[in-house]
Amino acid sequence: MALEVRPEEPSSALRAEAERVAALFAARGAEPFETSVLQPAGPLLDLYGEDIRARAFVTADPLRGETMLRPDFTVPLVRDHVAGGRGAARYAYAGEVFRRQEVPGRAREYVQVGFELFGGGVEADAEAFGAVAEAVGGAAAPVIGDIGLLLAAVRGLETSPRRRAALLRHVWRPARFRALLARYAERPPMPGPAGAAEEIGARSRAEVEARRAAMEADAAVPPLAPGQVAPLEALIALRGRAGDALEAAGRLDAPGLAPAVERLAARLDAMGARDLPFEATLGRASMEYYDGFTFVFAAKGGPPVATGGRYDALVRAMGGDVPAVGGVVRPAALVGAGTC
Amino acid sequence: MLTLAVPSKGRLMERTAQWLAARGLRLRRTGTARDYAVALDGIEGVEARLMSAGEIAGALAAGEVNLGVTGRDLIREGAVRAEEVAALGFGHADLVIAVPDFWSDCRTLHDLDAVAAQFREGHGRRLRIATKYHRLTRAALREAGVADYVLVDSQGATEGTVAGGGAEAIADITSTGETLRANHLRVLEDGMVLRSEACLWRSQVDGGDEGPFRDLAARAAG
Repeated sequence: MALEVRPEEPSSALRAEAERVAALFAARGAEPFETSVLQPAGPLLDLYGEDIRARAFVTADPLRGETMLRPDFTVPLVRDHVAGGRGAARYAYAGEVFRRQEVPGRAREYVQVGFELFGGGVEADAEAFGAVAEAVGGAAAPVIGDIGLLLAAVRGLETSPRRRAALLRHVWRPARFRALLARYAERPPMPGPAGAAEEIGARSRAEVEARRAAMEADAAVPPLAPGQVAPLEALIALRGRAGDALEAAGRLDAPGLAPAVERLAARLDAMGARDLPFEATLGRASMEYYDGFTFVFAAKGGPPVATGGRYDALVRAMGGDVPAVGGVVRPAALVGAGTC
Repeated sequence: MLTLAVPSKGRLMERTAQWLAARGLRLRRTGTARDYAVALDGIEGVEARLMSAGEIAGALAAGEVNLGVTGRDLIREGAVRAEEVAALGFGHADLVIAVPDFWSDCRTLHDLDAVAAQFREGHGRRLRIATKYHRLTRAALREAGVADYVLVDSQGATEGTVAGGGAEAIADITSTGETLRANHLRVLEDGMVLRSEACLWRSQVDGGDEGPFRDLAARAAG
């Protein structure tokens, strides 16, 4: 009788590959991080919102309430780092993560080996990328990006703080972001007539009145000019050789963009990466909340072998104030790509 | 052989029997009124089975029955792998997103998103939307780019949860909107999540024999 092959279960080749990658990260001085498979749902829901429930396996723990099968290591790692009140640190971890899939054939559980750096700027970006590149070897080619460009251009938009805040809130939802831009390029609708209907629920009539007043004030804000929208759209579409993309970004007439372009230039120099392929908003819709440097390694036509990026805002959202960058490798994809 | 699940009581069963009768198929009880034994006359190779309406979607998903009559809402919510053979023209109900009528600043999903942001800032928690249709509601809100909300489970009397303090808004099934209005709620202009009615479904897990299916499908279409 032939042995049944269960591709989702760690094989010895996979285990060996995970150990090889973890050893590379440890050699860079990373301390090991471990966390349980069952994670409290609260912090994940606070950060990712309701969408995480469609992506993670959710279960009910009779003592601890709603619990999720670890969908990533980032959130428990940041939580523990912030709780420990620590500044600069570097971590490595290896273990399974679990994702619900509605498309047959996608892995529901797979091993991730990660390397995360707390503290540091573009030199940390370069090191995180370098560590992952070393682990991947020649098995897959990188593409890099920088969501910090779009964020800087939005922060520099000359419009009301309310509109800037709404755009920043939806930077990671591309369709909604585009809809907001289109909306702000026209005269916004005024609120409908105030109703006399009965007040029910936790949101008070005073809150309704406050938002009506804000909408009326917003109607007086001049629509975004085509010259304001065009650089944002150019940034979203920006791709090509990194050195060329850098020059193109430098030519865009967008207030507030210059420091982000300088940061990109410094990073490309630190990495020696001007010839790598670049997509400005790479990883924007991946639900990882990257807010700066991003990268993906994929074999030709294959799924990602490794992904990573900078997530300073995620740390801030979890109460910390240390910048962070990191990446994860999927050893199963490396085994599949034939490095072993 | 092909197994067809039919709702076991109430108006759904009556209307299904009428729909079948109009196509020359007679649903006939074979036991006492209390048990669920039933036969389908007028077609070869199709066996009818009475089932509680709420269980038919699950039976199709498991391939326990090949065909079944149930609402589109239950099939889509359960992500049941089943193909719609025919819409039967009854059991109409819409899954809608509704907010308190006095929220005069909130007419669209765009507004709901802005309200959710305001609510989280002011109350320190996400806006609660009560529903039993988690999957469909989450997909619709994701599509519209609504953030900062949380779904809370409500298995009955969902329209009363806002006044009862259990949620700030709801996503629920309505046929006329009367119950929503009576509970001081209003459907958002773009708050239609799914138009549902009773349909005939074929399981994609086990669709049964092709011959009797073609016969039945031809009658359903005719």
